[in-house]
Amino acid sequence: MSLNPEELRYTKEHEWVHLQGETARIGITEYAAEQLGDVVHVELPEQNAEFEQGEAFGSVESVKSVSDVYLPLTGRVTEVNATLADNPGIINEDPYGEGWIVNLQLKDPSKLEGLMSHDDYQKFLSEEA
Amino acid sequence: MKSKEGTVYKQSRKGRQGFSINDRAVADKNISDYLPKDLIRTNKARLPELSEFDVVRHYTRLSQQNFAIDTNFYPLGSCTMKYNPRINEETSSYDGFANTHPWQYQHTVQGNLKLMYELGESLKTITGMAGVTLQPAAGAHGEFTGLLCIRAFLENQGNPRKKVIIPDSAHGTNPSSAKLCGYDIVKIPTGPEGIMDVAAVAKVMDEDVAALMVTNPSTLGIFEKNIKEIADLVHDKGGFVYCDGANMNAVMGNVVVADLGVDCLHFNLHKTFTTPHGGGGPGSGPIVVSELLEPFLPKPVIKKTNEGRYVAEFDRPQSIGRVRAFFGNFGMLVRAYTYIRELGPEGIKQVSDMAVLNANYIRARLKDHYSLAFEAPSMHEVVFSDKSLKGTKVKTLDVAKRLLEFGMHAPTIYFPITVSGALMIEPTETENKETLDEFCETMIQIAKEAKESPEKLTEAPQNTFRSRLNEVKAVREPVLREQW
Amino acid sequence: MRYIPHTQEDIEAMLKTIGAASVDELFDGVPENLRHRELLPLPAALPEPELRKELTELAQMNQSVSQRKNFLGGGAYHHYVPSVIAPLVKRGEFLTAYTPYQPEVSQGTLQAIFEFQTMVCELTGMEVANASNYDLSTACPEAIMMAARINNKKKVLVARSTNPQYRDVIRTYFHSLDFEIEEVNFGSDGRVDADDLNQKLDDSVCALLVQSPNFFGVIEDMKSLGSKTKDLPALFISATPDPLAFSFYSPAEAGADIAIAEGMSFGLGLNYGGPYLGLFATKQEYIRQMPGRIVGQTEDTKGRSGYVLTFSTREQHIRREKATSNICTNQGLCALMASIYLSLLGPAGLESLAKLNFSRRDLFETEIKKTTPNAVVFSAPKFNETVVKLDQSVAQKVIALGKDGFLPGIDLSSFYPELENHLLVCTTEMNQEVDIKMLASRLVGA
Repeated sequence: MSLNPEELRYTKEHEWVHLQGETARIGITEYAAEQLGDVVHVELPEQNAEFEQGEAFGSVESVKSVSDVYLPLTGRVTEVNATLADNPGIINEDPYGEGWIVNLQLKDPSKLEGLMSHDDYQKFLSEEA
Repeated sequence: MKSKEGTVYKQSRKGRQGFSINDRAVADKNISDYLPKDLIRTNKARLPELSEFDVVRHYTRLSQQNFAIDTNFYPLGSCTMKYNPRINEETSSYDGFANTHPWQYQHTVQGNLKLMYELGESLKTITGMAGVTLQPAAGAHGEFTGLLCIRAFLENQGNPRKKVIIPDSAHGTNPSSAKLCGYDIVKIPTGPEGIMDVAAVAKVMDEDVAALMVTNPSTLGIFEKNIKEIADLVHDKGGFVYCDGANMNAVMGNVVVADLGVDCLHFNLHKTFTTPHGGGGPGSGPIVVSELLEPFLPKPVIKKTNEGRYVAEFDRPQSIGRVRAFFGNFGMLVRAYTYIRELGPEGIKQVSDMAVLNANYIRARLKDHYSLAFEAPSMHEVVFSDKSLKGTKVKTLDVAKRLLEFGMHAPTIYFPITVSGALMIEPTETENKETLDEFCETMIQIAKEAKESPEKLTEAPQNTFRSRLNEVKAVREPVLREQW
Repeated sequence: MRYIPHTQEDIEAMLKTIGAASVDELFDGVPENLRHRELLPLPAALPEPELRKELTELAQMNQSVSQRKNFLGGGAYHHYVPSVIAPLVKRGEFLTAYTPYQPEVSQGTLQAIFEFQTMVCELTGMEVANASNYDLSTACPEAIMMAARINNKKKVLVARSTNPQYRDVIRTYFHSLDFEIEEVNFGSDGRVDADDLNQKLDDSVCALLVQSPNFFGVIEDMKSLGSKTKDLPALFISATPDPLAFSFYSPAEAGADIAIAEGMSFGLGLNYGGPYLGLFATKQEYIRQMPGRIVGQTEDTKGRSGYVLTFSTREQHIRREKATSNICTNQGLCALMASIYLSLLGPAGLESLAKLNFSRRDLFETEIKKTTPNAVVFSAPKFNETVVKLDQSVAQKVIALGKDGFLPGIDLSSFYPELENHLLVCTTEMNQEVDIKMLASRLVGA
């Protein structure tokens, strides 16, 4: 089931974050998926890998480009979306639902500064264009 | 006429053969007569079985499915798709060149050594540099070799340094070659005039920087007019200037790169010096270097003795070592040498004069129909952006595909990556005015169609051997070899 | 200048359109102090008849293998080049096309590469192959770097019986990267010394690179070597200098993770060392770590089968400093030559040639052993090369035999100090039996 984009937080690198207490689910936004075109491969991190805030933890590829995906918050990967290995195109079809990328155990859930609200992200997009 | 042509495997019939050799002596033998069974493979390689004529027809038919310089205008920017003289093919096939062995003793290959020496001297003269190696197998291999020489020099001084500065408009090979030499990349943005900004270089240039890599003229076809000032800045901090010579066709005979403060440069013989592109190689990427870097060149270096003999010098204690077995892509060296001897000094200058004239002619004819990426003067190529296409239903890709329907190869597209929807056009000096006119008129018509009948572009090409191919399917459901 | 079409009239008309007074003015973007105003001191231009004469004379300063009795091998093999290869690859449609960036008008090149990839997979037994590397010497470091991307290790074991020039290239590539390159010695039979290997092979090893047939012509027991890396992170890299060896040797069956080879034997000719052709194949699971271009089959908008460059996101033009390699232009035309050669040869031709090569080396050794049994140095099975121990310096012999038209072989002493007075001799289908017998008698005879 898809998440409601209005309830998500966003980064300037076009990732979305769905916070639930000390855990978070992360994916890329519909805008990012559209810009990239048909996704053909997703490089996923290892289960239990730990990343610092701002570190690239994987990448999403179309035929002609590669985008790194950055971790908006420091944490440990508790689950990767295994479906993406066989069906990367799900990111285009359902970026806020089946196309999620990782689940994360957050190190410090209070550190939410720098993440944008849905409205802020929309404003950011119109400024970027 | 273009024929549909099944793969060579589909045409295979058991028992056919296109090869003849006297094998009577071994007709009754088996591999197992020479080798213990445990060293012999279980599954044999399946190769196609065809008669010689079947093979000739197959590959002739395949060739007919290609665009090439010989058949079509090919303004592929940054690749210098100029006429490849046939005399080059003849000379490189002479028995004395083609049938010499790279382990031959030097007194038996004086002609080869002399040719390499003389070609090296010419490349030094054209650039004003002190040393040369012909060993690198391609341009990117030359970049790697040049940066290794720089690294070796710095290492010899006690500190190889950590970083290489590269403009954002550079060829992708630049950062990947630098990485291969163990350097981190510092990317600098293209300035407002389409060239490097002196201040931007000054800001990142420090004593951790080993080199600045520059393409001049830049990949935007613009001469880096502040290059000398930038080179001084780099040299002041003990760094080196590496020049990507992909665009030498624009300046040879008119600019001597040593005057620009360049310490090292690679040539692409398949661009500037007419060795054939061959559907993607073989290339050849000689580098020339300043006096400081000369001792670090790969070995051997070809020298001429006082007695007039030619030798491959191996005793070079500071050399970075070999970057390739033997002497590089020698067959390509014969072709480039033949070309340079044909041109002479006047011809060399005339090449760059006419290459620049042709590019500027296209620029003048198209600038009101497409958006120039930068106003600065163009050298041998001109880059347009997709600004004029905004508001239409078409993208740069569609313009490229429509052009194919008129029997012209597309320009380089979406490169440099700093220009939105870039169209990079390099006509080269060997194209005549009628061809350029036809191209310009076609481009103008396409610009008009983009507004009035965009489907002509978005559905193109229709009259080519294949229409647009599904690249997404190619990755998602990979078929990378014939299955049968 | 016959390559430049511009008439004075053209130039004037074009300048008028541009709005420039002269061609010189078009260079106004170059600051005056950086303009070069004199003609370069290059040799004067030559019209075609003189050009042909000059190049002919240069070529005649060389002694070609067609005029001599050649026994040199060592990574460059004198094999027969069928007559149809040159006219086919010199067709302008192949010769003067570039990398197939526009697949709709490049199906010829693309299909030829697809067929080439298939043949390389068949020869090596591997699952995927690329469109080629420069040659085997540079494929060695590329394969090692690929292994390092897969297992993140930095210690590399290279058999000392690998071509010394390839080992030089490996050292050059890894000098500036934080890698440790260690060599594994050869034993008295000419094969990799298993004890030395066992001692050096452990969890920290990134890759084991072994050449077979090795630089001494000796066929390694690749299966046994491959099995040693099986339970370790190390990848097994198999390097084959003369790919006619694929008639009896399959890297995949030996457990290779990466199979590389020199393809020059497949109809390219000697060309004084280049252009040659690097064959590069691996397992499907490693495809995203493979360097070089790859062609894949797909379909067009009308459902017709066609080919495209694929998995491009590995490459420098997209991934820049994170690319799997800096390789861009490869050896397209050489891969085409190899494909044509293999299509002519077929499986029967490949086997005939291999047997001929075995038999010539066999004959040579038999002749040597007639007078001097100990002169054949290595006892392990060999393909088309062997090492002979002389009773005097190789240099002296070479000069003496050179006078009688021989190019007798490669002096091993400068690469292996313990092999002083040792000569590496190569025999192929191109060597006449009478010459082989004569060389043998001259090398060890009175």
